[in-house]
Amino acid sequence: MAEARSTPAAASAGAKKRPFIVDVLRRMVREKPLGTVGGIITVVFFLVGIFANFIAPHGMNESFPGEYLKSPSLEFWLGTDNLGRDVLSRIIFGAQISMMVGLFGMAISTSISTAIGTLSGFFGGTFDLIVQRLVDAWMCFPMLIILITIMSILGGGLAQIVIVLGVVWGIGGSRIVRSAVISIKNNVYIEAARSIGSSTPKMLFQHILPNVAAPIIILFTTGMPALILTEASLSFLGFGIPPPTPSWGGMLSTQGRRFMVIAPWLAIWPGLALSLVVYGINMFGDGIRDILDPRLKGGVGRYSGAARRMAKAMNRK
Amino acid sequence: MRAYILRRLGLAVPSLFIVTVVLFLIIRLIPGSIIDIMVTEHVFGSASDMKVTADLIREQMGLDKPVYEQYGKWVWNILSKGDLGKSMWNNQSVRTEIGQRLPVSFELGIMAIIVALVIAIPIGIYSGIRQDTAGDYVARSFGILCICLPSFWIGTMVMVFPSIWWNWVPSMELIPFTKDPLGNLGMFILPAIILGMATSGTTMRMTRTMMLEILRQDYIRTAWSKGLKERIVVMRHALKNALIPVVTLIGINIPVLVGGSVIIEQIFVLPGMGRLLLDAISQRDYTVVSGVNAVVAAFVLATNLVVDMTYGFLDPRIHYR
Repeated sequence: MAEARSTPAAASAGAKKRPFIVDVLRRMVREKPLGTVGGIITVVFFLVGIFANFIAPHGMNESFPGEYLKSPSLEFWLGTDNLGRDVLSRIIFGAQISMMVGLFGMAISTSISTAIGTLSGFFGGTFDLIVQRLVDAWMCFPMLIILITIMSILGGGLAQIVIVLGVVWGIGGSRIVRSAVISIKNNVYIEAARSIGSSTPKMLFQHILPNVAAPIIILFTTGMPALILTEASLSFLGFGIPPPTPSWGGMLSTQGRRFMVIAPWLAIWPGLALSLVVYGINMFGDGIRDILDPRLKGGVGRYSGAARRMAKAMNRK
Repeated sequence: MRAYILRRLGLAVPSLFIVTVVLFLIIRLIPGSIIDIMVTEHVFGSASDMKVTADLIREQMGLDKPVYEQYGKWVWNILSKGDLGKSMWNNQSVRTEIGQRLPVSFELGIMAIIVALVIAIPIGIYSGIRQDTAGDYVARSFGILCICLPSFWIGTMVMVFPSIWWNWVPSMELIPFTKDPLGNLGMFILPAIILGMATSGTTMRMTRTMMLEILRQDYIRTAWSKGLKERIVVMRHALKNALIPVVTLIGINIPVLVGGSVIIEQIFVLPGMGRLLLDAISQRDYTVVSGVNAVVAAFVLATNLVVDMTYGFLDPRIHYR
């Protein structure tokens, strides 16, 4: 790590020729050990989610008569619940649910954030003012309460929760895209594009959007763990994905709560899985943000290694 | 200053209007209206009997009128008499009901913020001035842990394991502060810690980042070169400037805390606003839901204003115009 910091110029010069994604990943592995660990957790979580049907030893709702509330054993690694279902299999299928909520929800959410943020930031004026007042009103109200109210209209279900979470989350995120658009729209190259007569869509797609890609990627990776947590909270309260579909939040509320005192493993595993995944994606997102955010890059201005060493020397005094 | 407050209050009006209108409409869209529930619970008879009763109830409650008229009447009653209407189920005044529940949620929220700040700011400062040391790594891991552990999981674990190991169960009955102050605080402290955990984690990280940024400013170098002690440089020169974004963050987190209290009140069986709202939604008690939402929205807007006012205290360069 210290080596990478001392020769940032050499590292970035060598990395310039590689594709963007490869460059980001290389820097992640080299400079951000926690981000790499998070990345590994994230990848494992996705693999488990995608291949849940092949990995899970039993079906998600397969019930074994006579095997109620069994503690962890060789056959049922994480024990069974009150209906004689294998907890491990349900955790694995729960990963699939959480993954879908995280991915699809964030896809909807970032699209909405990008659309609102780009238009509002680019056009400005009265349009921006009205949109921002609406976003303000939306943001000042506790999201969980809005979600509970909307979910009780639509009823529980995976599709409903993905759409509702995506829309509600996306409106708030539009501010980040908007401020990024505003900060680049006065650049000379935008003016140049305008003066050679580029059409508005062309300017938006060719000049504005590629330049706000970094904040959009950050929005995606940092929002995903929060979205997964929110789905779990909603399912916990009974407004999310209804049983018997195994959602990590729902597993903690229905069977979990009633039988937890006699079968404490019912309370441990879903929460542990949820925490681990949220931790992993958070760390991964942080790593990506540190790499993509130019203000935090090593070797730039005040944040350079030299400035840091000087500050350290001063601290020692 | 006064003009600023007035203008902010003026800006809050449209926000409050939009939020209340949207929620006023939304609650009426939930399938299975309050009338359906009432009729199926109390009337045994033919379908035509049921319809007659339903129409009667609808008229009594004023639900037969158009929604805009209902909303107008509701707003007018609030503005003229401060009256939030009556619960549709037990005919109790919504204002009295909220008056009983609000102190519980308020105490929980205030304690959560205090706990969060007491944990977060010292650790954040330490972690910032000792960047990349072992202590910094421990502190950062702790901060991330606070964000990643779902409050409903920790809450559930706290309810389950002590009862298995030591037969200890949190009190289910609310102890009034006036009767037994220590018992009351003892009852709220666990829920408050769990509720404040996530806020604490984000605040810790923000404090650290800001300390790192501020410690590289020129005026800090000047302070060092004057030969000031580290304690003075950090506490007097750096901290006050580092706290402004932290205050913003707390302001942003207030709606999150209000939402989180719904979960915490549910787990710890505290009779607060969150549980009132959940019960009212499941019973389709329109007036209670609208009343709670209006109070919550007004409260959040008011705290946002207070947060913005503290900037002036932290940074005298900020003027309110």
